[in-house]
Amino acid sequence: MTSEVTMPQMGADMTEGTLVRWLKVVGDEVARGEVIAEIETDKATVELEAFEGGTLRQLVVDEGETVPVGEIIALLGDEGEPLPAVARKPAAETPARRAIDGAVASTDGSVAATGAPATGASATDAAELPAGRVRVSPVARRIASDAAVDLATVAGSGPDGRILRRDVEAAIEARDAAPPGAPTVAPTVGAAAPAAPPLPATETAPGAGPGSAPDRVDPLTRMRAAIARNMTESKQQQPHYYLTVDVDMTEAMAFRTAMNRVASDDQRVSVNDLIVKACALALGRHPKFNASLTDGGVQYHAEVDINIGIALDEGLIAPAVLDVTAKPLGRIAQETKALVERARAGRLRAEEYSRGTFTITNLGAYGIETLIGIINAGQAAILGVGSVMEQPAARDGEVVVRQLMKFALSADHRVSDGAEGARFLKEIQEILENPASLAL
Amino acid sequence: MAELRMRDAIREALREEMLRDERVFLMGEDIGAYGGSYACTRGLLDEFGAERVRDTPISESVIVGAGVGAALAGFHPMVEIMTINFSLVAIDQIVNNASKLHYMSGGQVNVPLVLRMASGGGSQLGATHSHSFEGMFAHFPGLKVACPAFPADAKGLLKRAFRDPNPVVFIEHTALYGSRGEVPDDGDHLIEFGQASIVRPGADVTVVGYSGSVHQATRAADLLAEEHGLSAEVIDLRTLRPLDIGTVLESVRRTNRAVIVEDDWKFGGFGGELAAQIMEQAFDWLDAPVARVAGADVPMPYNRNLEFAALPSEEDVVEAVLAML
Repeated sequence: MTSEVTMPQMGADMTEGTLVRWLKVVGDEVARGEVIAEIETDKATVELEAFEGGTLRQLVVDEGETVPVGEIIALLGDEGEPLPAVARKPAAETPARRAIDGAVASTDGSVAATGAPATGASATDAAELPAGRVRVSPVARRIASDAAVDLATVAGSGPDGRILRRDVEAAIEARDAAPPGAPTVAPTVGAAAPAAPPLPATETAPGAGPGSAPDRVDPLTRMRAAIARNMTESKQQQPHYYLTVDVDMTEAMAFRTAMNRVASDDQRVSVNDLIVKACALALGRHPKFNASLTDGGVQYHAEVDINIGIALDEGLIAPAVLDVTAKPLGRIAQETKALVERARAGRLRAEEYSRGTFTITNLGAYGIETLIGIINAGQAAILGVGSVMEQPAARDGEVVVRQLMKFALSADHRVSDGAEGARFLKEIQEILENPASLAL
Repeated sequence: MAELRMRDAIREALREEMLRDERVFLMGEDIGAYGGSYACTRGLLDEFGAERVRDTPISESVIVGAGVGAALAGFHPMVEIMTINFSLVAIDQIVNNASKLHYMSGGQVNVPLVLRMASGGGSQLGATHSHSFEGMFAHFPGLKVACPAFPADAKGLLKRAFRDPNPVVFIEHTALYGSRGEVPDDGDHLIEFGQASIVRPGADVTVVGYSGSVHQATRAADLLAEEHGLSAEVIDLRTLRPLDIGTVLESVRRTNRAVIVEDDWKFGGFGGELAAQIMEQAFDWLDAPVARVAGADVPMPYNRNLEFAALPSEEDVVEAVLAML
């Protein structure tokens, strides 16, 4: 029986995916659960496993092609059964090449041993490209770099989808022809116009003063587009309310220092790890903040998966530390470090960025006092944290210097109310101010 | 100007050089009474006598060795090796003596030896008699390698070879001896080494050949223009050592694509050297990997159809170009 392999949906907001690389060829036996391809989504490159076993009969989608979720990308089945026809390009073969292949085969073993490789696999085999790399010719890369064209936005028309000079030049032409956001004012000068000389057509970029360069427009990268979609959806559909509180981190910092004195290198705990753990504990007691609003009502997630915002050169990604509740601090520290590394390398696993029930966003490293976040679309709340700062604080009638940190909770008012949010935020505060509970 | 076959252009060059410089003399198998296996020396014995046109035994090592000695002694000998295949027998004289004596003597001696040899397959001469060793000779420092594709170039390059103070391997493609072309009858028609010629200008792809493969390249350019609307620039290297990489680079920077065509085997061949130099010096201008169209990686088959299939064809060149687009 023929079964279809389709472009999977990895994460709620994924609408299309790019087939980066086939790991199997037609005729290969594939076991259920075996990795057959690498798929690139908005967020990462992930491995695609076969849902069923069988013989790989046809690769419908070429490497480099982007197709919508659900579209057939390959066919599995039994050898010999008829297939629904989908045209594939046959490998180029000339009569001469066939003939000389025969000649090689007819020579004796020693000659074949030295002579065979040249007529064998091509060095430009499409399967050789590592995931995440874009196929670009050197001249196309140079021109794109000179003209500030983002190659991620250019479709390649060359062999194996390589971006060629003509593709980059077409992209530049399209960009120059229609700068988005710029009003399309025809450079006509009528009788009523001021008596200024008409500008040459090439210098009429609106907004640009005389002699200045025209505005530059970079098309959105896939990551930028995903962020835009997610944030717009959240802000348009999820009514936010905001609560802030000062958390006294003095004890927590001392606790962290004590822990790190005995922790192995990969388990060294960061301030953020303390907050992750505190949130995990508090979320267990305040399930409304570990929830999603669905058509059927409020869905309370059984597991606590905490997303952590990670700034990348090309944007922002918030992969999740999974099932945090039961994990001790050292383990959270270890997993978070690995997560950040994989995020920076573009090597996150699908479940790490497609899952998540609560998000922490932290700009402490940038010296920011207060960060009020936008809820990760579909979740019920986000916690924004700033820097730990030494500040004067009143304690028992005295002014003392304490290490304070501003926490801002943004929550979906459809799911929870302010008083519930306040109790949740207070719980986080109490845990961090009495850090012994973090060790439990 | 006169329209000559390549073999006649070569004979004219030899004759003019013998008339110009009495130190020039010829040695080789059957070059005298028989007039040469490819008739390049016909008539020269009668004109110049047996002292200057010397038939030799079938012993290539001896002939080349004698040529090296004569060159060291102040002559300008031309040694004809009947075919390039037999140069293997003389390889020690060529590589260890001719190419190195100038260097090893610290420049005290010169070896002004012209080694002519006929190259290429396509004549059903079998695996041992169908070699293309242009690239192999270009490998050795101390040797210059000229390999003309047209009669006028054959004459100009051969006359230039006799002006060189050190050894020149002059390689003639057997399939081109009968080809015709306009040849200057000017006794001063010299073509400087290391100057490639643009046989046909074009804009979309640079196709580089030498010796016989220039003609596959040119026919491919015709097909590309007629059937695919593509304009191919064809470059004839003319000499492999010295190599005019500048003309190739200038062209590749305009067309962004290069295909190298050669009869020789691809593996470890001259095309690989050329491709590497293009990559090193024009990387940022390339729109596709440099392609090589070369002979099949087998000893040359004797069977006519297989031999035809083993040699690069214009269709192979067209296919390589289309695969880049």
